[in-house]
Amino acid sequence: MKEISRLLVSLTLIAACAGLILSLVENVTREPIKEQRRLQMLKALSAVLPEFDNSPDTDSVTLQNGVDKKGKPVEVVFYRGRKAQQLVGTAFKVVAPDGYSGNIEVMVGIEPNDNLHGIEILSHAETPGLGARIIEPAFKDQFKGKSLDNADWRVKKDGGQFDQITGATISPRAIVKAVKKGLEFYREHKAQIVQGGKQ
Amino acid sequence: MSLYRDFTRGLWKENAVFKLLLGMCPTLAVTTSAENAIGMGLATTFVLVCSNIAVAMMRKLIPSGVRIPAFIIIIASFVTVVQLVMEAWVYDLYKALGIFIPLIVVNCLILGRAEAFASKNPVTNSIADGLGMGLGFTLGLFILGAVRELFGSGAILGISLFGGGYQPVLLMILPPGAFITLGLLLALMNRCEAGKH
Repeated sequence: MKEISRLLVSLTLIAACAGLILSLVENVTREPIKEQRRLQMLKALSAVLPEFDNSPDTDSVTLQNGVDKKGKPVEVVFYRGRKAQQLVGTAFKVVAPDGYSGNIEVMVGIEPNDNLHGIEILSHAETPGLGARIIEPAFKDQFKGKSLDNADWRVKKDGGQFDQITGATISPRAIVKAVKKGLEFYREHKAQIVQGGKQ
Repeated sequence: MSLYRDFTRGLWKENAVFKLLLGMCPTLAVTTSAENAIGMGLATTFVLVCSNIAVAMMRKLIPSGVRIPAFIIIIASFVTVVQLVMEAWVYDLYKALGIFIPLIVVNCLILGRAEAFASKNPVTNSIADGLGMGLGFTLGLFILGAVRELFGSGAILGISLFGGGYQPVLLMILPPGAFITLGLLLALMNRCEAGKH
């Protein structure tokens, strides 16, 4: 009995110390981590939007786009970039669920004339050296200036006009499809996105 | 002198990757490029040194009946610290290593050293042992990563070596490439060692 209580007390003490240290570290890193995520977001936004002078991460509209498998509403946040109060572009995140391994998250930037300004890959788990080459400018830049009306939204292998990557057709195909869907959603709700939700 | 011996043992004679074959999960999974291999190796080294220090300091206080759960708590705490610190200050590396940072917890190399070395030796020797084992592990990952990256994408550390005409052997950066490379490297090493005797 004495032995068991000794074990209990020492293990509890160790766990309590570990908890204390972790809460201290979490406390110290909380702000920098938040800041890193915001910076990452702003970096992606400035990569896909024309030059802006507001902070698009706070100038946003949230719309609902259907429900997911569990029946929870899927929210899409539209970030609006402005220069001298004028809207210069809208950015939002699309998710390509049919990549080679896992979801591919893509930030899409649209100019007020409905043309794409650029895309940026936020996160992916594609094969290094193959599908992972979607992050290279050679792939991303071909989306510049494209819109629903002036492009055939398929990869070249399927008869469209987007280059696939040698040895990896699945990842580009998933992205092209997701971006196209995003553009369609944007077109349907453009009035709400551009006007709506004055902060 | 014994400090030096504790340090060098892990580098080659008991190298975690090539001799003990410990920590195979990260070894096979993150070695698609030399850069990832180094990042993973150094993160593991950090956790290993910290956990060795903590275990060595508390080795007389931890009753042997609960030593394994105690070690796991210590290791998991340091891994979480590493994860938070990396996310806060080296975000790019944090993103590149992804899920494999929390998985450092289950790297049996770390628990193995806590059990086999740090729980029986003073702090200074445990630091030397942790550094040696960790750097040996990093070296193993680097060799594996470099070989796979060289054949799989024609480059080492992102620097292209074969020029544009090289057709990459894609198999090498896919999971089977990890097993094939490790197997061939082990065979080569065993052959060399056998020749010496």
